[in-house]
Amino acid sequence: MIYQDSKILLEVNGLCANVNGTEILKGLNLTVRSGEIHAIMGPNGSGKSTFSKILAGHSAYEVTGGTVMLEGQNLLDLAPEERARAGVFLAFQYPIEIPGVVNSQFLRLTYNTVQTHRGKEELDPLEFDDFVREKMKLLEMNPDFLERSVNEGFSGGEKKRNEILQMAMLDPRLAILDETDSGLDIDALRIVANGVNQLANKDNAIVLVTHYQRLLNYIVPDFVHVMEAGRIIKTGGKELAFELESRGYDWVGVEHKAATGAAA
Amino acid sequence: MSATLQNLVNQPYKHGFVTSIESDVAPKGLTTDTIRMISAKKKEPEWLLEFRLKSYEAWLKMDEPAWPNVHYPKIDFQAISYYAAPKQKPKLKSMDEVDPELLRTFEKLGVPLHERMALAGVAVDVIFDSVSVATTYKDKLAEVGIIFCSMSEAVLDHPELVKKYLGTVIPTSDNFYAALNSAVFTDGSFCYIPKGVKCPMDLSTYFRINTEESGQFERTLIVAEEGASVSYLEGCTAPAFSSNQLHAAVVELVALDNADIKYSTVQNWYAGDEKGIGGIYNFVTKRGLAKGVNSRISWTQVETGSAITWKYPSCVLLGDNSVGEFYSVAVTNHYQQADTGTKMIHIGKNTRSTIVSKGISAGHSNNSYRGLVKISPSATGARNYSQCDSMLVGHESGAHTFPYIQVANNSSQVEHEASTSKIGEDQLFYFAQRGIDAEAAVSMIINGFCKDVFQQLPMEFAVEATALLSFKLEGSVG
Repeated sequence: MIYQDSKILLEVNGLCANVNGTEILKGLNLTVRSGEIHAIMGPNGSGKSTFSKILAGHSAYEVTGGTVMLEGQNLLDLAPEERARAGVFLAFQYPIEIPGVVNSQFLRLTYNTVQTHRGKEELDPLEFDDFVREKMKLLEMNPDFLERSVNEGFSGGEKKRNEILQMAMLDPRLAILDETDSGLDIDALRIVANGVNQLANKDNAIVLVTHYQRLLNYIVPDFVHVMEAGRIIKTGGKELAFELESRGYDWVGVEHKAATGAAA
Repeated sequence: MSATLQNLVNQPYKHGFVTSIESDVAPKGLTTDTIRMISAKKKEPEWLLEFRLKSYEAWLKMDEPAWPNVHYPKIDFQAISYYAAPKQKPKLKSMDEVDPELLRTFEKLGVPLHERMALAGVAVDVIFDSVSVATTYKDKLAEVGIIFCSMSEAVLDHPELVKKYLGTVIPTSDNFYAALNSAVFTDGSFCYIPKGVKCPMDLSTYFRINTEESGQFERTLIVAEEGASVSYLEGCTAPAFSSNQLHAAVVELVALDNADIKYSTVQNWYAGDEKGIGGIYNFVTKRGLAKGVNSRISWTQVETGSAITWKYPSCVLLGDNSVGEFYSVAVTNHYQQADTGTKMIHIGKNTRSTIVSKGISAGHSNNSYRGLVKISPSATGARNYSQCDSMLVGHESGAHTFPYIQVANNSSQVEHEASTSKIGEDQLFYFAQRGIDAEAAVSMIINGFCKDVFQQLPMEFAVEATALLSFKLEGSVG
């Protein structure tokens, strides 16, 4: 939701990045204020997922230019775990399996690590169990799942719910949801979207990275951005998503080319 | 491997210091005179000297095993000193009489003899170099008829028991290193649990090699009579030396009808530096004889140290319905080499064995599992389950599995499962994205990987093992 006088949470300016010497981001600009929900859409290979991983600090990508500020703090100076503790949360497109590590222990470690960083009390295993079970209700999750290994043998839907559960626990300032709708059937999509909607508030912001408009029926964005070739070439309201759904992405590129060509 | 991962894996050895206590060291080299000197120093009976000399004769005719998947320069057995004992050695009645320097050493190693072990209810038979310094809880154990003392004392105080069982599980000529040990062993632990007695506490021994270039030849013998049970813990640490040290221990276990022996080891000897210089050669023979019906022998080991490990704690399942178990975590880093595993020899009917082996290799190390499951014609209805998992950290390490399976009847069942995995950068990134640094992440992944084995350890050892692995390798699952 767009609030009056809300603060700037994330400011990305002229961000350029490479992977294995190939330029993926070519001067990306984005401003996100607290309380807002942004959707970043675009064709495959436009750099959407790369952008989300760079915000989280994945080491495979080399930032070659530009700035990323989170609440006045230079995010690019921080290690991935420091970014997470500062309130950046990435819901992964493909959450990795960690065999042998019990989900409840993993969840408690991540929760307590972030809590400690915020100067709050850690929860002991019993307290945490109560806490996490409460959060799981939000996502209609089976408690059995606490005893399983992290993401191991989870269905696509279970993995995505596990991601949103962590978002609910960690209460991030900026949540980036990378293709959270992929691999979800319609019921799971509804549950996950419902969870996200309940977590959105005036102090945090959500960036949805998605290929399809489908998710946006459930999580309604304040802004829709279209990415192409490593930068955002068009920004609009939620109605832009419907237009993209019916017309595809090509016209945006053509329009952008015409506009920038005219300017040049 | 990322820089963080590299740093974690490369933490220096914490226990590298030398205690300056005057040692009584035998001149280098091995002859019958050396053996006579050791035997005389320990005031041994004639039969034991015979045992030693016979072993020496056998050893002279044997060659070092060449089949393990380990590589090292040839050992000069004449350049080793075969006896070292702290010089002042009065009989000690209480811990207060122990050399304070020695106590500080144990303190540094995290072996607080004084109160912590007492509170933990663990009787510790401390081996400092080759001589037993103090035995705690002896009286309490004696009340229920349990004998727990150093091998030297046992030879003098309970010669009939030692004579009856010594060398019955591992014959003097069993292999090169067992023969050498039988000839020159200096001390170790002896434990006897009489009929029907359940040992009321975990028995524990800490070993420490302290004299540079002195060979260590520990000899341990544990006997559980009918219906008896005992859990025995062995923990090892050693100071950092630049030259290699040989350790060739022999451990024999005997379980009679319905008896149960659980033997747990956490081994953290000096593994050499990051270039592979120095470190202990750990060439150990450990074997348990499940002699009686329904008897059980269980080995649990956490191997993190030594430059080279050559060790196969085994079970001979002689009694009908007897059970053998082997749970192992072996961690190698830098240029460490480990060739370790087990042998399960099924002879009795309906015997069962379980093998769970977890190998973790980091740096340039090489980690091999070698295991034999042998089902004799007489072992009808025998069953074995083996699981061998390897985890690689980085790109330079090696993991190998050499399973040998011999089945000589058609009513037995043998299962073998194996897997290889890697601690990936993507796993570490996932943890990092949740605020968890690489060190804590690696610790959690490794502990998860080793969980099946750690569950088998007694509580206080499980904690120690977890800490040790975090320290050695927490980020080495690649």
